[in-house]
Amino acid sequence: MIRFTKVSKRYPNGTGPALEDVSFHVGRGEFVFLTGHSGAGKSTLLKLMYGDERPSEGDVRVSGFAIGALRRDEVSRLRRRLGIVFQDFGLLEDRTAAENIAFALEVTGHRQDVIPARVIRALAQVGLSKKSEAFPRELSGGEQQRVAIARALVNDPPVLLADEPTGNLDERATRGVFQLLEDINTAGTVVVMATHDLDLVRAAKKRTLEMREGKLVYDSADQAVSA
Amino acid sequence: MNLLWREAFLAFRRTRTLSALSIITIAFALFVTGLFGLVALNLRSALQDVAERVEVVAFVLHGTPTQALTVAGQDIAAFPEVFAVKYVSEDEALERAKRDLVEFSDAYKDLEVNPLPPSFEVRLKPEFRDATHAGAVAERLRSFDFVEDVRYGKDWVQRLDALRTLAGLVGLAIGFAFALVSIVIIGVTIRITVLQRAREIRIMRLVGATDWFIRGPFLIEGAVKGFLGGILALLLCAAVYLGFQAQQFGISVGLHFFGVGQVLLLLIFGVLLGLTGSLVSVGRHLKHV
Repeated sequence: MIRFTKVSKRYPNGTGPALEDVSFHVGRGEFVFLTGHSGAGKSTLLKLMYGDERPSEGDVRVSGFAIGALRRDEVSRLRRRLGIVFQDFGLLEDRTAAENIAFALEVTGHRQDVIPARVIRALAQVGLSKKSEAFPRELSGGEQQRVAIARALVNDPPVLLADEPTGNLDERATRGVFQLLEDINTAGTVVVMATHDLDLVRAAKKRTLEMREGKLVYDSADQAVSA
Repeated sequence: MNLLWREAFLAFRRTRTLSALSIITIAFALFVTGLFGLVALNLRSALQDVAERVEVVAFVLHGTPTQALTVAGQDIAAFPEVFAVKYVSEDEALERAKRDLVEFSDAYKDLEVNPLPPSFEVRLKPEFRDATHAGAVAERLRSFDFVEDVRYGKDWVQRLDALRTLAGLVGLAIGFAFALVSIVIIGVTIRITVLQRAREIRIMRLVGATDWFIRGPFLIEGAVKGFLGGILALLLCAAVYLGFQAQQFGISVGLHFFGVGQVLLLLIFGVLLGLTGSLVSVGRHLKHV
């Protein structure tokens, strides 16, 4: 589903490379943690996956799209096949939970008559059926992140990318959101989750990719990649 | 489609003050353009009135046989530039002089011989009422051997030409300048809206909305603002026009307002300005998202 081959990324005004010679493969049905300190390259890696950045060298493939050669209109097609979740939830404050989810369907051109049923299903999936009419400010952090996940899932993407989805949450909410991501993975969706919550990573016993200064230094699937 | 409209009007509602402000700014830009248009329109119609008086007069020798005059009259009427020919006999000329120049009526009374020559008064078709064509017609009239002299007010016809050209050029320049100003103003107001909705645009991009889908509501917003601005500008123009008309200038000035076509043109112009402004500012923003 996701394959990085000798990928490097340099920013025009950056001092060093943001990514250097990164190669790995994520197959169908996998759950992968992406760990490392701030600035280690986790976000760059994710941005490459959803086409927000292009590799300076090497090849990135996600759900059959070659990111390096992606045209602008193909970016929107790629993103319809991805779910993306952020630390800051990214909800629209002036819309209810249901409207936030419906928004993702509306702007990708779904017919109005199919939208309500899919929104109800997505809300049920994240356990928020009763909060569909609540505005983001009326929801807890964990609930807001669930709405964001529901929005990411409503298009039935084969891959879900999560950038520090529990970064703003307390321990209980973190466990709840992680459990939800695990359930989603069990249902067949590939999940890539960037986090620096090492307790969570250790307890979860999932495949882990560790980044350090732009390099992939550890992949639990094939042990140490390089020193 | 109605999703686009809904989003556009949602944007209007959420930024009421800003939207009102931008409509007013657009209206003022269009108002100035419209005012100039009105001035140009009235200037043109005034010039047209003057141009109608462009006339070539051929004075004929006394004692020219009537038959020759009849034939010549027919020939002149057949010139492609000529709208109408009128033969004015000596007696008619004298009658007219007595009527028009009352202060000399005593002088005319004592005349034993009529000193006024008969003449052909030649009026030109509207499209030929300029110095070049009037000159050409005058030249041809001179070639009749019974024609003594031809006059067509060469100087003022030439000045009229220059005035017309100048008015056209100034109109074009000012119209262009204000169109540019309007585009910049609309661009800035839409840009503020775009920045206010940057988060929404980012989310749209992330969930896979196409650029055109993201642009849609902004384009509608820009077009509607341009349209409303145009209506407001027309109302302002009408107010100024009515104000002028209510003034007594001593002489009656035949003022004109825009016709239906010109009103539509101004509105379409407003809509186009709005669209261009939105397209530019959203396009610039999308490049970075």
